[in-house]
Amino acid sequence: MNRITQKMQEDKKLLSIYFTAGYPNRHDTVEIIQTLEANGVDMIEIGLPFSDPLADGPTIQESSTSALKNGMTTAVLFEQLKDIRKTVTVPLIVMGYFNPMLQYGVEAFCQECHAIGIDGIIMPDLPLDVYQDEYEAIFKKYGLLNIFLITPQTSDERIRQIDAASEGFIYMVSSASVTGSKSGFGQEQEDYFKRIASLDLENPQIVGFGIKDAESFGQATQFAKGAIIGSAFIKHLTANGVAGIHHFIRNVRPL
Amino acid sequence: MEHTTKEALKNDLYGTRGGFHADEKGYYGVFGGAFIPEMLYPNVAELREKYLDIMYEDTFQKEFHQLLKDYVGRPSPLYFAKRLSEKHGAKVYLKREDLNHTGAHKVNNTIGQILMAKRLGKSRIIAETGAGQHGVATATVCALMGMECIVYMGEIDVARQAPNVARMKMLGAEVRPALSGSRTLKDATNEAIRDWINNPVNTHYIIGSAIGPHPYPDMVTRFQSVISEEIKWQLKEKEGRENPDYVVACIGGGSNAAGTYHHFLDNKDVGIIAVEAAGKGIDSGESAATSALGKMGIIHGCKTLLMQTQDGQITEPYSISAGLDYPGVGPMHAHLYTSGRAEFYSATDDEAMTAGLELSQLEGIIPAIETGHAFAIFQHKQFKPEDIVVIGLSGRGDKDLQTYIDYFKLA
Repeated sequence: MNRITQKMQEDKKLLSIYFTAGYPNRHDTVEIIQTLEANGVDMIEIGLPFSDPLADGPTIQESSTSALKNGMTTAVLFEQLKDIRKTVTVPLIVMGYFNPMLQYGVEAFCQECHAIGIDGIIMPDLPLDVYQDEYEAIFKKYGLLNIFLITPQTSDERIRQIDAASEGFIYMVSSASVTGSKSGFGQEQEDYFKRIASLDLENPQIVGFGIKDAESFGQATQFAKGAIIGSAFIKHLTANGVAGIHHFIRNVRPL
Repeated sequence: MEHTTKEALKNDLYGTRGGFHADEKGYYGVFGGAFIPEMLYPNVAELREKYLDIMYEDTFQKEFHQLLKDYVGRPSPLYFAKRLSEKHGAKVYLKREDLNHTGAHKVNNTIGQILMAKRLGKSRIIAETGAGQHGVATATVCALMGMECIVYMGEIDVARQAPNVARMKMLGAEVRPALSGSRTLKDATNEAIRDWINNPVNTHYIIGSAIGPHPYPDMVTRFQSVISEEIKWQLKEKEGRENPDYVVACIGGGSNAAGTYHHFLDNKDVGIIAVEAAGKGIDSGESAATSALGKMGIIHGCKTLLMQTQDGQITEPYSISAGLDYPGVGPMHAHLYTSGRAEFYSATDDEAMTAGLELSQLEGIIPAIETGHAFAIFQHKQFKPEDIVVIGLSGRGDKDLQTYIDYFKLA
């Protein structure tokens, strides 16, 4: 069974962390992953940096720009990760934009992910219909789950479509925004969370965007299986480095 | 003017007239489509589902054409450039989009899209701009319709196109400098897309070029196709024939080119010529000649030719003209290039500036530097004396005076 699917069956609210590979330093990737796992993080999204991250706010844009300046590329990332399964057991997801994957070759990319032990892929700008028409067979061949996003604007009909096409979980974007632009949740989010919960979907939902601490993690996971933190983690990493990861995670999920 | 039925207008691009137009999913050959994050899906889907119905409503067509006539000043003249023709040995006609209100072809599209936005019930308009021509054209129609207007413009372009920034502000628009990346058109487009993600309900994004996710390239092309529609009947009046031997246009994203070519694409007797910006030279590392330097990839929601690293990172383009300083090209043009339907050339900064000066002094018309690239065709191609060549004079050069002055040391 895919590690993501397995993880979803655990009887707890899941904490997932996103970080940009190659940031703050090119060779931090493996240490960040190991430290996150050591601190009890349930799932990790490894951001493959892109020059033009359309769905991201300034924090992830800047970390991506720095990572690219540090020399991070798809090939470098795969090289860094080649032995990761010797030390890490949590589900690993590669998150990025579609163009670098397309240039690497979709099949070659998937093959490499499979060899490393990557469990899933999130490509926000690879839309559902294109995925199903052209790439689903390749993802499946290499055992990779493609994770789709939904937002407060996604219609119930489309959510059902996405649910039917999904495996693992659905990435539930908390509000109409790019990453890192809002923090804290209001009535609007709660209504949205409840609406999605009432749809009784096949796949569990993991909430992303706008989560930064224990309070927002608690709110997000009241109706969902888990939550993803990205921008807030990267900000903390910028200020405190890899050594501060322990502190950040304890703040979100006290022991 | 040929009168076409509404159904025929809507359908003619979907296959019945040949392979150079968007299909139902917005593909031109292998290029196009809609590679958008889910956050944009509802907006783009709404537009895709409604744009043709709205665009070909009788009341829409009436209002659109009335504004083009009374407000923009269409039809724009098709002018026989006698001295330029004598110098270069061809019958050269200029399609005078520079005489439009706001000084370029951009307004054809913004008039269409603001009417579209109204019918979609949107109250807030966002746009990206490079040279500022599209920003000005958007700010203008927003003033006309009383809508809030926010224009994203790369910080570098804000500095080099100061007169247009002032015009946008005077028209009541807010100009937001894009501070990320190369701080030019590509980054302004990223910021506009992010704004749309953040404001999905009340906002319409008026894209200014034939780029972006489907249906934008097709919608923009349809609004701009008034250019080639006019060329046909104007040339018939002057030459007794509807079709020139060549149509020539400069290409950044390619909206002016799309509009200039549109009605000629399916007639193989009409040569299609595109001139891109080579910057300091194709091999200089400072260029925006996408057909020569680009590879297929995804930029701003569509699959097209774009300048990128081997790793798929989009590279920074360069051109002296802010309007051509874009690392991609519209998907229709990528298809025209790879299919061989169009001849692609590129003109360096020097060639474009020289051509702009020549047009000024032979015909008394100072073109935008973008447009100067189209006129640099004479430095690359020798036409036959009997050839009828129509050049898209896409914009006037007022905004570029400082660049011309500095370049030619005119002060």
